[in-house]
This record gives sequence, structure tokens and C-alpha cells, in this order.
Amino acid sequence: MIAELGHYALMLALGVALIQSSMPVIGARSKDPLLMSMATPAALAHFAFIAISFLALAACYVTSDFSVLNVYENSNSQMPLIYRLSSLWGNHEGSMMLWVSILAVFGALVALFGNNLPATLKANALGVQAWIAAAFELFILITSNPFVRIANAPFEGRDLNPILQDPGLAFHPPLLYLGYVGFSITFSFAIAALLEGRIDAAFARWVRPWVLGAWMCLTLGIAGGSYWAYYELGWGGFWFWDPVENASLMPWLAGTALLHSALVMEKREALKVWTILLAILAFSLSLIGTFLVRSGVLTSVHAFATDPRRGIFILAILILFIGGALALYAWRAPLLKQGGLFAPISREGALVFNNLFLVCACATVFVGTLYPLALEALTGDKISVGPPFFNSTFGPLFIPLTIAMPFGPLLGWKRGDLVGAAQRLIVAAVLAAVALAGSFAISRGGPVLAPFGVGIAVFVMAGAVTDIVERTMVLRLPLHVSLRRAWGLPRSAWGTAFAHFGIGATLLGIVAVTAWGSERIAEVKPAQSLQIAGYQVTFDRVFNRAGPNYSDVVGHFTVRRSGQIIGVMEPSRRTFPARQMATTEAALMSRGVSQLYLSLGDPNQDGSVPVRLYFKPDVLLIWLGALFMFCGGALSLSDRRLRIGAPRPARFKAAKKPALQPAE
Amino acid sequence: MTRKQRRLVLIGGSLGVLAVAVALMLNAFRDSIVFFNSPSDVLERHVGPGTRIRLGGLVKTGSLVRSDGLRVRFEVTDGKSELPVAYQGVLPDLFREGQGVVAEGALDGAGTFDADTILAKHDETYMPKEVADALKKSGHWKDEYAPGAVQPVSGANK
Repeated sequence: MIAELGHYALMLALGVALIQSSMPVIGARSKDPLLMSMATPAALAHFAFIAISFLALAACYVTSDFSVLNVYENSNSQMPLIYRLSSLWGNHEGSMMLWVSILAVFGALVALFGNNLPATLKANALGVQAWIAAAFELFILITSNPFVRIANAPFEGRDLNPILQDPGLAFHPPLLYLGYVGFSITFSFAIAALLEGRIDAAFARWVRPWVLGAWMCLTLGIAGGSYWAYYELGWGGFWFWDPVENASLMPWLAGTALLHSALVMEKREALKVWTILLAILAFSLSLIGTFLVRSGVLTSVHAFATDPRRGIFILAILILFIGGALALYAWRAPLLKQGGLFAPISREGALVFNNLFLVCACATVFVGTLYPLALEALTGDKISVGPPFFNSTFGPLFIPLTIAMPFGPLLGWKRGDLVGAAQRLIVAAVLAAVALAGSFAISRGGPVLAPFGVGIAVFVMAGAVTDIVERTMVLRLPLHVSLRRAWGLPRSAWGTAFAHFGIGATLLGIVAVTAWGSERIAEVKPAQSLQIAGYQVTFDRVFNRAGPNYSDVVGHFTVRRSGQIIGVMEPSRRTFPARQMATTEAALMSRGVSQLYLSLGDPNQDGSVPVRLYFKPDVLLIWLGALFMFCGGALSLSDRRLRIGAPRPARFKAAKKPALQPAE
Repeated sequence: MTRKQRRLVLIGGSLGVLAVAVALMLNAFRDSIVFFNSPSDVLERHVGPGTRIRLGGLVKTGSLVRSDGLRVRFEVTDGKSELPVAYQGVLPDLFREGQGVVAEGALDGAGTFDADTILAKHDETYMPKEVADALKKSGHWKDEYAPGAVQPVSGANK
């Protein structure tokens, strides 16, 4: 009964979405306020129906109603509540439901808080939102219905894939989807602006919180997925250049570019046409990302859902939205007025530089990810494009970007002083040189480029600190004045510093762990020890342990450093009877930001066990850096001028004539 | 600088970066692409020793031999031909005889495939797509390999 209710609500939502996708847009064209005003209640009704539908599906999962095929295939009554819930989005049908649900929430938010928007812009944007919603709901209802029943309900479900039964992965898909769908809002606004043929700084002001929010969720989602892969897949890799990972990295890169170009548009009314294009691209890549992962067209370690039947529908959606948006862009973009002159060396110029390299880096990832698909479709040859490709394309493009990063915030708008910025960065450069020389001396061997990587990372971090020091004039003014200045700084300045610092930290972690990590792969007998990076790891014994829906074979190891016991590590082999499947549960021991990593193979008859032992220097910096980026985004989002309820400056700005004004 | 000059700098710079990116990609494509082959492909196409490829098929039942120092040998079959594979390391969780596998590495001089990476399928309902295709091509595909082959599905909605 509940499943049927959900199914019915989903159909009603589609009906509402169809109304919302047509009436307000027609109204905006014919300047009919009545038709335009339908957008808000329609968006709210759409949200209500989708909420009912989603909650109905969630109820089926929570109560383990195995007469619903989707629940039977992906859940199990023995699982803890959190995994019964997360199995909802651990499969194709459910994840599509999550997607439209987030879309509906965002649509309702725009409807509720968009009162300060021009009426036509709001009507058009909500209309475009409804196009996306309608396409997805049609897709779910026709090809991926999660509410299908089974005639004879089984007693037990087939369980969620055990490697997905992990707290980290319970929140990974929702975060990614928040990011993906967040970009749909900027997309809708971009399309609405193109439909109107008019765009101004108020537009950027309105869109930036959404970009920021989406970007923050995506950052956290990608970092979470990476940490999950690190500890769950049992061999300590944090990034595999797997197509599924690339699928989430591409929108992130485009979104990062969008974040920066929207800044130029908001402050200086320049780069409008480019920003619109980026908004379209970011969402297009999100769409591609969603479908690459969920359609199973890519062979990848993540390919859980495989059904080519949906391929045609997906292709149609992609062509319709991406092709349609780009066609509209080609047709309407020339109408948008250009504004805001700037010299090549200026804040704008730096942001253009950033955009250029980010988009090129994104393009190399795109080619590397989709080329195998294209080649297979054209010639039938199957190839794989692995890490070497990305390391030798993405890497070189990212280096100039990171070196230039500290300069950007120190350059003035319109016309910047490169020499002055360089002078202010001297301390940072010296620190970087010291770090470079230091790591060169300590490492003795290892890749030659690694110390340079460390140098660049330190430069980026020190550069971020320099920006704040310069602005607050620490050391030059009395401390209490500096503190007051620090408090008075725009939050977005803090946001920039945090995010840039985070990039440096992540880079440092990646370089250190790649260049100076060490590993021991061996079979050990009880009382036998392994040495790694000054640690002695002794294998004691193996014992069994039972969990709620699995059983563990646990290895007990003692870790010593210069004779002193500093702890125990208990990696395990986890067997899930429901799927007859085993997973590796690695044991991690943090030492500062470095980690010891131990994973277990299947124990042999003679009592020995195969183990992989890794020392991962500075590995935690990779994800701490991402946390910094997230905090930077949050600080920036809390900036006064971006607060959603503060329409006054936007209107004030919008009222001014755009283009060709002297700066401040 | 005039508006026109500024635009030229901008466009010139963009094209320059784009050209660098394209050059990097073409260069990387030359060195770092790995072709997928079934054992029959390896024999028919005369893949030379030292060429990096991905080898996919089923682990032949009864062929797995473990020896000291985590050294393993097994044979990969697509039903038509077989190829011996050598690997040192811990095998993935789902590596089993009779199941799909993808190995990455190169042939040595003696005709053994020296693998440095072994990928097994990720759960019992998923088989690597290349392996499935290769098996279909060689006529040794069985329906029970398909995801969710035995499903008690009925109901009007499907």
C-alpha cells in the first residue's frame, strides 16, 4: 500500500512538474503575472509530492518490505537501520529518487526565498528546474521504477553490497548529489537569463551562494569517497583515476572555475558570457557524472548497476539538456552586453588564468574518461586509460595553477601590481625554498620532483597566510588593532585563504604519500614481525568475532617503536553470509597526520597470514585539506553580501548602469 | 592597451594553454593506453612480450597454484584459448576459480603473462564488462553470469 502511494505521488509530481515547466515560462514571455505566479505554488506542490514519494520508499526500506523488488534486491532485515536507509541510494532506482528529491527541495527553496528576484527570472528559472525534474521523473517511471512489487514476497532480502555497508559511504552519495543538483540551480538561472537575453551583477550575487553550497558538498563528497576507498578497498590508494571518481571530479573542476568567474561577474560585470557557459558546463558534467556512474556504461570497479536498456533514455536526456542548452547559448549569448575592462595583470586576469587552467585540466580528465567509450563505440577496441595518462596531463596543468594561486588575492581589481604582489610573497617563497631544500636533504632518494611538489604546496599554504597577514597588518600594527582588523575582514577573504590553504595541504599530503610512502607485503607466522619506517609490527594471533550481519576473522598485531608498545592493530576479513562475500577491513593507526595501514589476506592452513603493511606519511593532510576547503566555502557563504535574505545591495547594484564605469 | 589588444592577449593566451593541454594529451595517449585482450586475442594478434595489456577471462577451474612468498599462478580462459598468468601479491577479495578476472601486465619471453595488477569482479552479480563481451564473442557465455539472472520478478509494472 505504501509503495503504491509513493508510486502514485511520483506520477502526480510529474504532472505538477509538467505544469511548472510550461505555464510560468509562457507567462514570462507574454508578461502575464498570473501565469508567472503559478511557479511558486507549483514548485511547493512538486516538493510535497516528491517528499511523499521519497518517504514512502524510505518506509519500505526501513520496514524491510521485501514485496518491493528494489528493497528485496538491495536490503536485508539483519542490517542496522542506517544501512537499511542508505541502501535506498546504494542502487540505481533509489539513487535516482534521491536525485529528484534533492532537486525538489532546491526548487522549493528557490520558490520560497526568491521573492527578491525579478518576476520573469524567477518564473523562467523555476520553469527550467521543472524541465529537469520532469525528465528525471519520466526516466524513473518508465525505466527505473523503484516501487515494482514481487508477486510472492521473499522472506529475506539480498543485502546491500557489503563494501557499501560503511558509515562513510552512507553519506557519500547524498553529498555528491547535493553538489550535482546544486549546479542544476545555477544551470536553471543561466538558461533563464539566456531566455530573457539580459543579465547583470545581481544575477551573479544570486547564483553564487548556490555555486558555493554545491561546491562545498561536492568537495566533501569527493573527499569522503576518497577516504572510503582508502580504508575499505584494502590497499591504501586514495585516488585511482577511476571513471567514477573522474565523473565527480569534472563537475568539481568546472564548479571551481564557475565559483571564481562568478566573482568577476559580481564585482566587475565582466566575463558574463563565460560565466553562463561555465554554469551550463558544470551542470552538464554533473548530469554526465550521474549517468556514467549509474548506467554502468563504464567498466569500473564501482559498476554496481548494469542495465544497457536505460542507455537510450539517458542519452536522450543528455542530448536534450546539454545540446539544447549549448544551442540556446550559441543563439542568445551574443545578446548579452559585455562590460568591465581589465588589464591582463589584475585580479580579473588572475581569475581568468585560474579558469583557463581549471577548464583545460577538466578537459583532459573528460577526454581520458570518455575516450575509451568513444573508441569502443567506433572501432570495437577496448582500452583502458589509467593513472599514467592523468598524471602526465592533469599534473602539468595543475602546477602553474597552484604557483599562481597565492598571487591572485594580492592583485588589485582592474589593474594589478605583479611586482608588489611578488614582494609581499617573498616570505612565502623563502619558506617554500626552505621546505624544498629540507625535503631534498631528508628524502635521500625518492622521486626527484617530489621536493618541488613540497615546495609548491608550502608556497600555496604560506601564500594563503600572507594574504591574511597583509590584510590585518599583523606585526606592523599593535596586536589589538590587528585583531580588530581580522574580525572586520570580509568573511569571503577568510574563505579564500582557508580554501587556498586547503589546496596546499591536500597537495602536500598527495606528494608526501606518493613519494615517501613505503609498503611491506608478506606472509607472517605468529610472533613474526615486520619493520616499516621505524615501526615494528608483530603478528600475535587470529580470532573470530561476530557482528550484526557478518562475521570477522580478526588478526591481532602489536605495534612497537624503539621497543615500546604503542598500540594494537586489528585488521579483519569480514564475511557477509547474505551475499557469500568477503571484504577486507583494514586497521589504521594515526601518528600525527601520518598513518600505519594494515590489511589482512585469507589466513592459511599453517597459521600464517598474508598481510599488506603500509606507512603513509602525511596522508591525513589530503582530507584535512578538503575540510579546509569546505570551511573556506562555509565562511564565504556566511559573508554578509551573500546572505540570501539581503537583497538591498543586489538591487542597488542592479539599478546602476552596467559596464564602463570607473572602479570604486 | 586598447580593448582590442587586451582581447588579443586573452585569446592568444587561452589558445596557448589549450595547445599545451592538447599536446600533453596526445603525448600521454602515445604511452599510457592499455588495450584489453582475451586469451584468444593475445594469440591471434600476436601481442609481443613487454607490451602492456589487460587480459580478461575466467580463472580456469583447478589451475590456481599458490607457492611461497605470495606467488600465485593460474590460467585465464575464454573457453577457446588459455594463458598462464603469474602474480605476486595478495589476491583481491573476490578472486575465485571459475570467476571473471582482469589482469594487467605484460607477456614475458616464455609466454607467461606477468601480471602486476589483478582486478576481480566486485560482487557476485557483477562481471567485468570486457570479460562478459569476450565470453559472448567466443560463444562461452552462460546466462547465469548475467546480473540478477534468477529473479523472482512478476507484476504488471515491469
